[in-house]
Amino acid sequence: MKRWTRWSVLAGMGTIVAAMILPLYWAIVASLTPETQLFAAPSLFPTTLVLDHYCALFAERNFWVPIRNSLIVASTTTAFCVALGAPCAYALARLRFRWNAQILGVILAVTMFPQIAIVSPLYLLLRVLHLINTYPGLILPYLTFAMPLTVWLLVGFFRQLPRELEEAAMVDGASRLRAFWEIILPLSLPGLATTAILTFIYCWNEFLFALAFTLGPERQTVPVALALFRGQYQVPWGQILAAATIATIPVAGLILLCQRRIISGLVAGAVKG
Amino acid sequence: MNRGIRKTSTLGRREQQLAWLLVLPALGTIVLIAFFPLFWTVWDSFHVHDLRMPWRGQPFIWFMNYTEALTDARFWEAVAHTMFFTLLSVATEMIVGLLLALALHHSYRGRGLVRAAVLLPWAIPTVVTALVWRFMFESPSGIVNAVLIDMGLGSEPIVWFIHTTTAWVPIILADVWKTTPFVALLLLAGLQNIDPSLYEAARVDGARPWRQFIHITLPLLQPALLVALIFRTLDAFRVFDLIYVMTSGGPGTATEPITLYTFNVLFQNLRFGFGAALSILIFLVTFTLALLYIRVLGRDVIGASP
Amino acid sequence: MATIRLENIYKTYTGSQPAISGLDLEITNGELVVLVGPSGCGKSTVLRIVAGLETPTCGCVFLGEHDITTLPPQDRNLAMVFQNYALYPHKSVRENLMFGLRMRNVPTSLITERVERIATTLGITPLLDRRPAQLSGGQRQRVALGRALVREPHAFLLDEPLSNLDVKLRIDTRAELARLHRHLGATMLYVTHDQEEAMTLGDRVAVLHNGRLQQIAPPLDVYRQPANVLVAGFLGSPTMNFVHGELDEERGNVCFRCSAFVLTIGDTHRLHTTRRDVVLGVRPQDVEVVTPPGADVTARVDVIESRGNDLVLHLELSAENGGHPLTIVASSEENAAVDDRLSLRFRRDRLHFFDPDSGVRLH
Repeated sequence: MKRWTRWSVLAGMGTIVAAMILPLYWAIVASLTPETQLFAAPSLFPTTLVLDHYCALFAERNFWVPIRNSLIVASTTTAFCVALGAPCAYALARLRFRWNAQILGVILAVTMFPQIAIVSPLYLLLRVLHLINTYPGLILPYLTFAMPLTVWLLVGFFRQLPRELEEAAMVDGASRLRAFWEIILPLSLPGLATTAILTFIYCWNEFLFALAFTLGPERQTVPVALALFRGQYQVPWGQILAAATIATIPVAGLILLCQRRIISGLVAGAVKG
Repeated sequence: MNRGIRKTSTLGRREQQLAWLLVLPALGTIVLIAFFPLFWTVWDSFHVHDLRMPWRGQPFIWFMNYTEALTDARFWEAVAHTMFFTLLSVATEMIVGLLLALALHHSYRGRGLVRAAVLLPWAIPTVVTALVWRFMFESPSGIVNAVLIDMGLGSEPIVWFIHTTTAWVPIILADVWKTTPFVALLLLAGLQNIDPSLYEAARVDGARPWRQFIHITLPLLQPALLVALIFRTLDAFRVFDLIYVMTSGGPGTATEPITLYTFNVLFQNLRFGFGAALSILIFLVTFTLALLYIRVLGRDVIGASP
Repeated sequence: MATIRLENIYKTYTGSQPAISGLDLEITNGELVVLVGPSGCGKSTVLRIVAGLETPTCGCVFLGEHDITTLPPQDRNLAMVFQNYALYPHKSVRENLMFGLRMRNVPTSLITERVERIATTLGITPLLDRRPAQLSGGQRQRVALGRALVREPHAFLLDEPLSNLDVKLRIDTRAELARLHRHLGATMLYVTHDQEEAMTLGDRVAVLHNGRLQQIAPPLDVYRQPANVLVAGFLGSPTMNFVHGELDEERGNVCFRCSAFVLTIGDTHRLHTTRRDVVLGVRPQDVEVVTPPGADVTARVDVIESRGNDLVLHLELSAENGGHPLTIVASSEENAAVDDRLSLRFRRDRLHFFDPDSGVRLH
């Protein structure tokens, strides 16, 4: 490739990466800037950095609570979805039975449901069951989008495993279930992990249901707590951005650790080949 | 030819039974939690269901909720807002995403790090995106205003969120920032599927890069482009988190998309019957788009049967 | 060990032509039958039906006296060697070998003993603790074989086991398989598209084409007396030459007449009908280059391929309506150049005649 083309591509890439990172960088810097200087004279490389906002988050606002709520809801939903979704995905990917394609189509369709379309009956249902503002009251609705997503991703992963492995196991004397347990499951652990991570991220980031089905700080998740931040006299941007930074850390960590797996998992479901 | 037919079907039946056993828990959950409420919404949309006035009961009113929706000025404004948003953001994301994908495709160094960096905006909660971008566009001295004034592009800081036209700018920019990575990654996968020897053959035949792009890249990228387009359109149509946190639909209701309108009808006005009708209208649009998606790429996506 | 018998097997996939039609096949105890045919002829499907990985649309499969048609694969006690070996990637070689025995609840001491024995036989003892990814192609093939051997099954099913090996390894392994079969006396059904493997390995060769069994006989019989043009054209390299023409009687002699030449066959071939259209088949090895007096026909040399040991000559016979290609194999001593005219003689005892419509062999 010509030298100048390569350099221009690199420059372009640099610009794009900078554009992606800059807002986040700016937010983190602001979260470490003392309140008085927040809007004074913004500069890319500030001189004073303080942890005031972070301390205030936990000391004054009990930000532990939404973090705890998000963790519980996201982990429970993910665990439930993977436990139920893996056998389902295996059956859809490998077993021959009628309605196989139709069920897959239905599951795909549900991933495209607008949440707003079912938020009202879910609200009424939860109200009847006295589950508003409870953990089950969030986990149950989360299953509507998390379960199809899990199944969809796992079907993609199971399909990638060579069919002959199970066939060899069966000829060797293993029943289908035994073959699944001894051969398929260990080999699909990376796929299961990726699916779990993606499902977790989706649950962590979810907003609409959390907003509709929780009433107060005891059960609100991180996104809702962030959105409903209220200051006494003015918008407490310092604390908001500190909270936002914290909200981003688990997700950012997961992404950085497994970006390749996540990308291939996402793409496998969307683009053929 | 009859001997053995009855016998051979038992093996198939056994496999079917096992399959159903494995599928039912997950499928049952999905049907119960996704489909059942959907039907309930349809049911509700044909009734009056006002939570503030429980004494009215839930009388059946045929399509009155729908006619109210379709003659409601605020509804049509919300639709217009949604379409405006969808068009602008999806168009921008597709173009920028394609450029980003092309750049990622041709670079070799630090690919992993770049991809992680690019993926970050997509992965963080939309609420965070909204807050960060709101912060940047705050007036008088959010960083955007500061930069604009510094660069001499205006003497006074713009109060972005007060005026309708300027309020859309941060909204759309934030959405583009957040979702372009997803588009780029999808298109990148599509690009990587194109056989490089096609380009080499074209180069030997004397085609310049631009022609290679038009005649090789674009046609072969078509499936990925379609997937990205439909996915993004579906998502943009359902936008909620971003606008709720950034402007709450304001100023006034100037940036209110259809989902936010429905949400307000349900949880501020507590009119569940009318809200249900709005929900169903939204659902119908997304359903049509989803059908289109499955139709266009169905066999590839749902895949060959096992 | 046991007999494998397929009775009237049909296999149709919805909405397409039957993959297998009316197949009857018996593999006796201790026999190695090679199932051979061009790609897509259904041979792998037959194997999978015997293994239980597919169910026939119609027909029965017998193992010994038992009807196993509806038995799931895990209960059939057959062993299969896959084309891509299908070794369990997350298990060591030892664990791969042990897997089948574990599934059948064989006591651990017996498992260890058998695994070590088979590993020694196949020479893979140093590999026992490695993973499949760390092995070469040839080593993987041995492990796949070992996995089957260790189970001591009723019969072995081999699906193109050598096709992923390079040529030299293929020939060595082929000999080893033959040795193994002799030593074990095992019933084996071997599927391949390579006709050389078919000829060298099989006690009997079954030729399959478009899902139908064309002929099953010992290798030499299939080679010397092919049942129809499909079999004749499939076995033998280079492919048999086919010429359309007619048989006629002339002055008490039967002769073959075509647009390029006339052959007097004599009445040693007692054909049942006279004056009919036939297809003449003659292998390239059965056409000799001779000096003009004893020649049947002359032909122009078009392409010369030297194989080191011999020459493959692509010739062109001059006919009334243009040229007709003919391939012969000649000794490397032959001094031929392109555009030379060679005099040829067909060996009368090696001529085959087939019906032009059905392709069936005529006697």
